[in-house]
Amino acid sequence: MAAVSILETKGLTKIYGGLQANTDINFSLRRNAITALIGPNGAGKSTFVGMVSGRTKPTNGSVFFEGQDISRLPAHKRIQLGMAYTFQITSIFPGLTVEDNVALAAGRKLAHDKTAHAQKTAAVLDKIGLGDRADQVASDLSYGHQRVLEIAMGLAQDPKLFILDEPTQGLAEGEVDAFVTLMRTMAKETTILLIEHNMRVVTETADHVAVLDQGRLLASGTVDEIHANAAVQAAYLGTTANA
Amino acid sequence: MVVFRSAALHSCVLLALVALFFVLPAYHVGAFSRIMVLAIYAIGYNLLFGYTGLLSLGHAMFFAAGMYGFGLSMNFGGLTVLPAFAVGVTAAGLLSVAVGFLALRTIGVAFMIVTLMFAQTFYLVILYFGEYTRGDEGFIIQQAQRSIAGIDLTTETARYFTAFILFAICFLAMARLVQSPFGKRLVAIRENEERARMLGYDVGRLKLAALVVSGLFSGVAGAAYAMLFGYVGASFAAVHYSIFPLLWVLLGGAGTTVGPLIGVIFMFYLIDVSSSFTNAYMLVAGIALVLLTLFAPQGIAGTLRKRAVSWLP
Ligand SMILES: Nc1ncnc2c1ncn2[C@@H]1O[C@H](COP(=O)(O)OP(=O)(O)O)[C@@H](O)[C@H]1O
Ligand SMILES: [Mg+2]
Repeated sequence: MAAVSILETKGLTKIYGGLQANTDINFSLRRNAITALIGPNGAGKSTFVGMVSGRTKPTNGSVFFEGQDISRLPAHKRIQLGMAYTFQITSIFPGLTVEDNVALAAGRKLAHDKTAHAQKTAAVLDKIGLGDRADQVASDLSYGHQRVLEIAMGLAQDPKLFILDEPTQGLAEGEVDAFVTLMRTMAKETTILLIEHNMRVVTETADHVAVLDQGRLLASGTVDEIHANAAVQAAYLGTTANA
Repeated sequence: MVVFRSAALHSCVLLALVALFFVLPAYHVGAFSRIMVLAIYAIGYNLLFGYTGLLSLGHAMFFAAGMYGFGLSMNFGGLTVLPAFAVGVTAAGLLSVAVGFLALRTIGVAFMIVTLMFAQTFYLVILYFGEYTRGDEGFIIQQAQRSIAGIDLTTETARYFTAFILFAICFLAMARLVQSPFGKRLVAIRENEERARMLGYDVGRLKLAALVVSGLFSGVAGAAYAMLFGYVGASFAAVHYSIFPLLWVLLGGAGTTVGPLIGVIFMFYLIDVSSSFTNAYMLVAGIALVLLTLFAPQGIAGTLRKRAVSWLP
């Protein structure tokens, strides 16, 4: 039987020069649910997921994925274990076609099987609504479509844990709606850790919410619990829509 | 469809090279033997520079490793052509593994400088062991030794077709390689290394593999040069022989399968033609290079791909 949590961090800390970007974070992520990570700009959200995915080397602390200590694994090995990651600043292969972008994402697992690889690529393009742009060069896409492409590259990997760093930033309303729908369908098969500024997206998708403030984990619980949490209330939710 | 077109294009290139032998005057047949060997070198360079996005300024050491591995093992080891050829290619392969392990810790300008330094060291080592290598002067491989199974490689015909066969193998193998999952991953590194890593690709290993394959092709070219032209000299390890493949690939079209060959032909005849009517032929060549870089920054094949034939492999 799989444990309730898929990911745990113990005492995760990151110090940049004199700045404590993350301080002693003990975090546990529920399997097959959507957890939103919120907090003001500079709270340390990107730093946190950077340390989870292996992009950022922690100053201290450890990361466990499915019970395994992955603290010493390089990023690509963690991805191979079943994580996928989308960057806060869109990161795609600009000179390649949309199809090649997705094919590269799907290809790590499927490149040995041409048929399965092509099928997977086509299915993802279709699901995300980029099918008719498959032959377009990625750098020619609109900003919104580039973000969607990056999400497609995450999907194509069939991750166990999908980490998205502010995926809806800069998306149009309609695109945000489509994103919400997509997250809901995905949550059935995978665990999602979503850094999100848009509170509507958080309330419409998240089962759980974790709040980060000045590098510390301030609170975590269900959406309702977080809403009721006085400290969080005072600090963010009541004061700004830009939580 | 794209696969079919690529195969058709590559077959046409090879057929054209065969046809050239029968239509060209002797001087140009000799020129094309040389061009095909140097194009193998350019093809190897292109894998690292054009496809993987790593700019090396030290590839002459791999070319020279192939050349000296071949030449020294024949003259001092008493080997015949085929085993000596294997020694040359192996030497280039081993050298590229060693250089890769160290140089690939760096990126960008640092990588350029580190590869340049390794190549300079290699060049100096060749000079240092002048007793065997005869330094800048170089040494000759006797005509009588240059034969495979009784076929004399020094005749114009044998030389042309040996160069052609080697070129064809390298050309087709590389065309296949860059279309394979491995080749696509190298392109991914060129396009966005961090994204490639965060898709779970072992970027370090892929780069090393690209460098070693690139080094092996360069070694094949170096050994072939010594085998077909019978001369081994330190000038082939000097810095300009590291710059040449960069120029060829830039001119012909980086990251295209036909670009390296086009680049070598273009540069060869640019210098050949301009030197026939002026002493300042390097000036003419330089101006042509600057113009091409300004108006066709993607090289000849790269510009064709952008303007007209988008499927160009
Ligand atoms: N590479 C870095 N070097 C120095 N400081 C950094 C670096 N990355 C992030 N920081 C700092 O760490 C803090 C947390 O940043 P970040 O994790 O990006 O926050 P968030 O994603 O919540 O907006 C910020 O004060 C930021 O300036
Ligand atoms: Mg951030």
